[in-house]
Amino acid sequence: MIEHTSIRESSPTIDYGMVDHPGPVSWSDAARRDMAAIFARYPDKRSATLPILWLAVREFGWISPQVEKIAAEILGRPLNEIHIVVTFYTMYPRRPMGQHHIQICRNVSCWLAGAADLSRYLQQRLGIGPGETTADGKFSFSEVECLCYCECAPAMRLDNRYVGNLTKTSIDQLIGEK
Amino acid sequence: MLKLVTKNVGIENSHTLSVARSHGAYSRLEAAFAMTPEALTAEVIKSNLRGLGGAGFPAGRKWSFLPKDSPKPRYLVVNGDEGEPGTCKDKIIMIHDPHLLIEGIIITCWAIQSHKAFIYIRGEYDLPVEHVEQAIVEAKAAGILGETVMGHDFALDIVVHRGAGAYICGEETALLESLEGKRGWPRLKPPFPAVEGYMRCPTVVNNVETLSYVPYVVEMGAQPFADLGSERNGGLRMYSISGRVNRPGVYELPMGTPLREMIYDHAQGVTGGRALKAVIPGGSSAPILTPDEIDVPMDFDSLAKRGTMLGSAGVIVFDETVSMVEALKVIIRFYAHESCGQCTPCREGTAWLEKIVERILDLGGRPGDVDNMLRISRNIMGNTICPFGDGAALPVVSCVTKFRPEFEAWVRRGQPVTTLPVREAHIGEPVAAV
Ligand SMILES: Cc1cc2nc3c(=O)[nH]c(=O)nc-3n(C[C@H](O)[C@H](O)[C@H](O)COP(=O)(O)O)c2cc1C
Ligand code: SF4
Ligand code: FES
Repeated sequence: MIEHTSIRESSPTIDYGMVDHPGPVSWSDAARRDMAAIFARYPDKRSATLPILWLAVREFGWISPQVEKIAAEILGRPLNEIHIVVTFYTMYPRRPMGQHHIQICRNVSCWLAGAADLSRYLQQRLGIGPGETTADGKFSFSEVECLCYCECAPAMRLDNRYVGNLTKTSIDQLIGEK
Repeated sequence: MLKLVTKNVGIENSHTLSVARSHGAYSRLEAAFAMTPEALTAEVIKSNLRGLGGAGFPAGRKWSFLPKDSPKPRYLVVNGDEGEPGTCKDKIIMIHDPHLLIEGIIITCWAIQSHKAFIYIRGEYDLPVEHVEQAIVEAKAAGILGETVMGHDFALDIVVHRGAGAYICGEETALLESLEGKRGWPRLKPPFPAVEGYMRCPTVVNNVETLSYVPYVVEMGAQPFADLGSERNGGLRMYSISGRVNRPGVYELPMGTPLREMIYDHAQGVTGGRALKAVIPGGSSAPILTPDEIDVPMDFDSLAKRGTMLGSAGVIVFDETVSMVEALKVIIRFYAHESCGQCTPCREGTAWLEKIVERILDLGGRPGDVDNMLRISRNIMGNTICPFGDGAALPVVSCVTKFRPEFEAWVRRGQPVTTLPVREAHIGEPVAAV
């Protein structure tokens, strides 16, 4: 196998949109136990890549260059392969996220139900745009493609649950509760 | 009205084993194990059960393509990556009736002689993941999964694999790549997954809804199941109806139910009693229909004959107040965002289409832009590795062709109008004579 060096080491001036953890990172004992269970589910180690990255998000909050490195070690894969995977998918955060993540759908059924207006309203209320986090670290906001909750459009994903039939009032309420 | 896969929706705790069992879960297993795998496959072929993930390939025929003599393990991969805009059905089964899905998986694994199944569920689907995982744990504890399946000498393990946000991973070969721990880049076919799928082993990929109908094929028998639907399109299916209708929702209806009936009876008509302007019949990748085209049976073959497709049966309704130029922008933005980037016509084409429709809306449209959109779309079609490219181009072609005057009006609005002072329009350029 070809030896891969870190892409970041070889081109330190490029900003990959990743934020590193301030201190060193290492897997907790609980994570190591879960890892063993994950590996046992697949016929090979590489197939465990997505679940191991999910575990890393749970452990460390976001995938940083350091986290990529320890994930690559655990998976026995070259670092750049891990980087390619992490950056291909939209759900692995690459920088610290707010306490709550609001993902509002902008696709066609939600758009027909007024999602663009709601999104603007939400951005004004939070004072941030898509991909940003409020200064107090409470909310991160994204516009996403179809959540497949179109029957309850306009819809959003708030942290790990779906909320549909949104109105400005229900948005106020949801944010107020947090 | 007869319901099958949505029968248990609304029953309290329908996702738990005890409740599911009291409503029939796993009651079809004995009958299935009593059949040989070949007989079972033949039965599913006869039932006309089609693949409900989008392509509509006959389910039993796909199973019969697995090589008979391969020494490699065989896999069943369940596609629960639901992502097609306008489609919101698979999650309903996974949330409300995960044991029905598991029963379908067991029967299918017996038919294809597979001992390991993966359920690939989209990353945003926390509740479906939770319910399916719980159901697997319960089924294992009850001896329904594991070294033996309800006392039968047949081992089966089911693993839930969570996606991480990428529409393209719903395409079966991209899904397999993703399952193998890579980015979701579709593979060139052939080889088809049946021959070289997960880990280059023979693999059947089926949609969640497809597999959930399998227990009912066994229960009812192939012919009665087939008779529920239309010619060559057996049974029922779940239609997601959204957009400008009074009662959006997911409706389980016979294959071949007329589109007009869906919009005006089941979904109770267009919002505010307004006139219908357009309908997407099968998820945003399906070419759009105009109001004079809605007297069509909603099944794979009838829609294909009309130049569109049933796809994932995501029906999206547009009323007379919607600007089709703006609607197309929302649709094409999605494809530009989700193209995996592997093929140049798809990657560049979707990006250009987005750019052009945006500039038309920003009143910067240029005289050739409408034709340009058609040319770019036709350049994508048939020139890509996976059907995503066609799925992006076809809606553009149909929308631009059927609503061309609307597009041209936008372009005209953005052009210097002759009544403007001509000198101003030509500032910086030598004007010979005015
Ligand atoms: C771009 C693209 C996206 C797709 N997304 C999905 C999806 O989200 N869910 C699904 O079941 N099938 C999806 N499909 C269809 C699958 O490739 C495949 O045909 C299907 O999972 C096979 O199962 P079936 O025969 O039971 O329908 C998609 C296809 C394409 C080209
Ligand atoms: S058609 Fe588009 S999505 Fe499909 S492989 Fe090519 S670039 Fe990727
Ligand atoms: S379009 Fe918003 S959930 Fe489908």
